[in-house]
Amino acid sequence: MTHTTITGVGMTPVGEHWDKSLRELAAEAGFQALDDAGNPNIDALYIANAFGSTFNNQSQLGSLIADFMGLVGVEATTIEAADASGGAALRAAHLAVLSGEIDTVLVIGVEKTTDIVGSARTAARTISLDADYEALHGATLPAMAALLMRRYMYEYGIELSAFEGFSVNAHANGKRNPNAMYRNTLREGAFAKAPTVAAPVNLFDGAPDGDGSAAVIVTKASVGDVKIIGSSGATDYFALQERKDFLRLKAIEKSVEQALQRANTTRDDISLFELHDAYTILSALTLEAAGFADLGTGWQLAQDGELSLSGSLPISTFGGLKSRGNPAGATGIYQAVEATLQLRGNAGDNQVTDPNVAMIQSVGNLASTVYTHILAK
Amino acid sequence: MNPNGNKSWLMKTDRAVGIVGYGAYIPRYRLLGTEIARIWTNGLSGSPVKEKAVAGLDEDVITMSIEAARNAVKRAQIDPREIRAVWVGSESHPYAVKPTSTIVAESIGTAPNIQAADWEFACKAGTEAVQASLGLIGSGMGKYALSIGMDTAQGRPGDALEYTAASGGAAFLLGPAEEAVAVYQGSYSYVTDTPDFWRRAEEAYPSHGDRFTGEPAYFNHTLAAASQLMEMMGTTPEDYTYAVFHQPNVKFPSRAAKILGFAPEQIETGLLANEIGNVYSGSCMIGLTAILDQAKAGDRILMISYGSGAGSDAFDIRVTDNITKKQNLATRTQTYIDRRTQIDYATYTRYRGKLKD
Repeated sequence: MTHTTITGVGMTPVGEHWDKSLRELAAEAGFQALDDAGNPNIDALYIANAFGSTFNNQSQLGSLIADFMGLVGVEATTIEAADASGGAALRAAHLAVLSGEIDTVLVIGVEKTTDIVGSARTAARTISLDADYEALHGATLPAMAALLMRRYMYEYGIELSAFEGFSVNAHANGKRNPNAMYRNTLREGAFAKAPTVAAPVNLFDGAPDGDGSAAVIVTKASVGDVKIIGSSGATDYFALQERKDFLRLKAIEKSVEQALQRANTTRDDISLFELHDAYTILSALTLEAAGFADLGTGWQLAQDGELSLSGSLPISTFGGLKSRGNPAGATGIYQAVEATLQLRGNAGDNQVTDPNVAMIQSVGNLASTVYTHILAK
Repeated sequence: MNPNGNKSWLMKTDRAVGIVGYGAYIPRYRLLGTEIARIWTNGLSGSPVKEKAVAGLDEDVITMSIEAARNAVKRAQIDPREIRAVWVGSESHPYAVKPTSTIVAESIGTAPNIQAADWEFACKAGTEAVQASLGLIGSGMGKYALSIGMDTAQGRPGDALEYTAASGGAAFLLGPAEEAVAVYQGSYSYVTDTPDFWRRAEEAYPSHGDRFTGEPAYFNHTLAAASQLMEMMGTTPEDYTYAVFHQPNVKFPSRAAKILGFAPEQIETGLLANEIGNVYSGSCMIGLTAILDQAKAGDRILMISYGSGAGSDAFDIRVTDNITKKQNLATRTQTYIDRRTQIDYATYTRYRGKLKD
């Protein structure tokens, strides 16, 4: 067996689900995926979640959600790698099925961010940074992304407005997606004037955290379903200051190369790319590290529609993290669901024309953890 | 659920009750939103309101309630000794134990044959007192009752609330419909346990649930109370000349009005937040005074309060022929708004006792 298949998908809208708990969100997406797959027997339940322990004071989500969904007895565990949790869980499911020991895994990504507000939420989310060498000194993820963005602007001599295209594109796509958190159009020129979060990162640059859950059923090869043909995980030096070259995201370089190799495919075959657009600087650097643009030119792809639904390399086809929203640990599973819908031809108003191969990429922090998957018809 | 259908949730008195006198009070000092932003964000952040009213050194909820109460009595032209209840709703009663209402009652000459009590329900303490007044007068237990919503609202220095937390409020003297400038057609209250905003005993400043204060809190209760009351009254937004909502800022009441189907012209008269800030318990009550100052006989008004914790009171009010005789008997709300002395942040910290040690 060289590949697995995704036979069922489900997701909730991303947003502020004040009236739903973490387990309710997970079950909602989980049952959708089970229904979509024709309610198969499940051998294992993997939960992708990044911040349950601090947002919700809850660990051991595997057993908790298995119980809540009436799946008591099934093997279940949580897989955590910050915002890369989704990709990590998908890979774990893929490997488990490939091993032959189990047949079918239900993977649910879930994050419930609104149980906690204000500065407490910022602190709760900052556990993904280096506690001793980053967080203790007041660093937050937006602040670190800002450093990276500033360096990029300095090295390549570009202005803030150069990044606008990524956010405009994300919102143009998210506007068509009923599950997206922010379905507004970003007017041209609004980007550079948006309120500052951590200069130069602003409100229209960083992706909003949201509540949400997405689920996929990963099972043995079956004819007619969307296949996972390539899968790879990689890491980089954990904190920015340990990296020799800030502007090369090595874990993305490695993970993409390996995933393409395992899928026995090339960049030219990729019909769409769900990348981790938590910050526009990550979009630019990701396109470069993944080999779709030369160093220092990733931002140029966002200038002339090449990344739009009808462009040569559509990204963030359902709005990406920026417009659909970023439910942290669940985000990688949203990408898997969205790519599956694209390959099935069921993407509705967000459909890319006749896609054959999709690349999805789940990223923790500023690419210290990276999981890349390649899905095909 | 109500087995008799939602019509029986409507609160309607046995005897018709109306507003026989009303009065506003706004302290003269104003602090600009840009001045707060200058101190805390190098002027980078926007403010939800242009400016807010700030109580002076010698003002508190008691003195301000007395001002508003006197205005209400002036308009009612009654002997204060006929008033049977003085109720003050506030989040800023000067004493934790010792009523504001007894001091107000004695000051306006009502005591001692009265009921008096202080009410607390975040920003709807004042309208809760109005609901109780409707019961007292509507049942015939008393001829007149005075309900006041008044605050010197607290906002932690640097917190989002500091831009809006303001001082001011209004008093409503309720009595028999035949003497009234406006008559209550029906009312309704909608209350849930929703912890969006709170201040524990002995804490100086409130805590709040950030964006949780929006959809599940303000909008859920405001929209539910408004739409339920209109459904029970068999009315639509077109039936009302004016609508006035609790106004923690400009955006929330504007959006609630839009969702319910009210036009901007229906809410602009009562929407004072941009000029005076959020006066908490007095918020929609002072908005109603501004409307009554302008109203004509036959005008119909929808009033919706909101108090955190959380709940909304909804009132359907119709203006009578008496209105024009009363409007000029006391200081108009707009006069208080125009009476304005701008202060800087340093003066504000002194007036509001922000400096400790």
